[in-house]
Amino acid sequence: MFHNLQELRQSPSLATKVFIQRDYSEGTVCRFQIKFPSELGSRIERTLFEDTVKTLNTYYAEAEKVGGQSYMEGCLACATAYFIFLCMETRYEKVLKKISGYIQEQNEKIYAPRGLLLTDPVERGMRVIEVSVFEDRGSSGSSPSSNVSSGISQR
Amino acid sequence: MSAVMMTRKVRKWEKLPGKNTFCCDGRVMMARQKGVFYLTLFLIVGTCSLFFAFECPYLAIHLSPAIPVFAILLFFFVMAMLLRTSFSDPGVLPRALPEEATFIEMEIEATNGNVPAGQRPPPRIRNVQINGQIVKLKYCYTCKIFRPPRASHCSICDNCVDRFDHHCPWVGNCVGKRNYRYFYLFTLSLSLLTIYIFTFNIVHVVMRSVNSGFVKTLQDTPGTYPFMLVCFFTLWSVVGLTGFHTYLISLNQTTNEDIKGSWSGKNRVQNPYSHKNIINNCCEVLCGPAYPSVLDRRGLMRDDLSVPTSALSIVPGLCLQLESSYGAMFPLQKTTAPLIPNEHTPDDAKPSMADSAIAHAEKRSPSPREEKLPTLPKSSPTPTKVPPLASPETDAEASIIAKDKAL
Repeated sequence: MFHNLQELRQSPSLATKVFIQRDYSEGTVCRFQIKFPSELGSRIERTLFEDTVKTLNTYYAEAEKVGGQSYMEGCLACATAYFIFLCMETRYEKVLKKISGYIQEQNEKIYAPRGLLLTDPVERGMRVIEVSVFEDRGSSGSSPSSNVSSGISQR
Repeated sequence: MSAVMMTRKVRKWEKLPGKNTFCCDGRVMMARQKGVFYLTLFLIVGTCSLFFAFECPYLAIHLSPAIPVFAILLFFFVMAMLLRTSFSDPGVLPRALPEEATFIEMEIEATNGNVPAGQRPPPRIRNVQINGQIVKLKYCYTCKIFRPPRASHCSICDNCVDRFDHHCPWVGNCVGKRNYRYFYLFTLSLSLLTIYIFTFNIVHVVMRSVNSGFVKTLQDTPGTYPFMLVCFFTLWSVVGLTGFHTYLISLNQTTNEDIKGSWSGKNRVQNPYSHKNIINNCCEVLCGPAYPSVLDRRGLMRDDLSVPTSALSIVPGLCLQLESSYGAMFPLQKTTAPLIPNEHTPDDAKPSMADSAIAHAEKRSPSPREEKLPTLPKSSPTPTKVPPLASPETDAEASIIAKDKAL
């Protein structure tokens, strides 16, 4: 039974992965570049993808906002010697949960039907948005691990 | 030769590269060398114990009971801050998985173009403009990423840490984005505690001397004096350190940047992260959001062990045993790429199971905890042309990187 793992690989196999890098133009806040990679050109509409990245950027900006709520949270936590974090979720963690839900929803509605899969940036150290591109079922004879073409959009 | 895949569940911290030690099943994360941290604990607990034992009874009766109460509260706050600084993830950046590393390598190749043979490839630097200032992002050869701004690689812990301040042996951990405010509050509260204890030591000695004479006081309370001496010397160093970090916070700089003189004003470079306002800088550092750890130390992952069937035939019943204990836990399904690459990814696993089993059996080291991130092979079995990963020796930036690591 254990020998037949290969036969279980009936689902589409991974063709390549594209990585959306961080945008540091506004400092160290978490923000991703809104640049449409050429590898996705045929698979998804530009606006859909850019909207996803823009929404993610908005979520991260909300999480990292230094304002009234973060002061309150900080002062309260300091007054309790940060023991309150043992029972309370921080604002950032709440937003990360929202982001996780959003990415799952986007994958189900938009990306999976197009043979793509977004990975939550928190699983990659908040460095990149990993987009897995699966083999197009319609095409035949495409190499499973195609070369990442030199059409990679330059930063 | 066929192989049997045994799978067991492990916590992700068991497979993390780097030189950290973990306790309490991944809840606690520290550096390897903890000797100086134990000394810190001993000094703080020892001094406070002597204060509570010898001075507090007298002061509570003759002055006010609020004195020991406040001292206890301050002591607990200091200990809480120390333990939080020492045990938390400072902001470690996880290393790049093979696909990401390859992607970055290809981008670098595309940027550099063809390097003539015999010439060194240009240094791996990415220029970014932050608030009108050009900042150079350096490539980390260990973690295979371009370090985000303000991140640095700690050679003691062998990790890239975000907003790296310094590695503090006194707390037995790096100080970075996630635990800098706890570190600052620790030094601040420790300064207050030391000043408090030292002041009331003197008050106690003076009060007793007024009543019974100075010489008799010295004879009555011999235990206090060694620790008064400790207090006196600790005071200057801790208060000095607190003052230094207050200065850094007001300018929104890290110790690392201060040592390197990154924003010293030479060549008109200014700190692009500073808000040019002391209050805003302090608020951002001390009252900013509490960043979560991206390491997910306690997450579960599958550790695939490939055992050749020839080994299993020695124990005939083992197959059945494995099936019963693991088959129920992990119903056979398409293996997904593990999050920490100690295994081949689906792409690499396309060659036959037998080959991977042999490779696994050869590569598997006796203690899984020591396993380091495997480097990408120089010649990949897949049709994709993977450029050979450059090493520091072939790169002009090597000397600067070596200096970085030393710092």
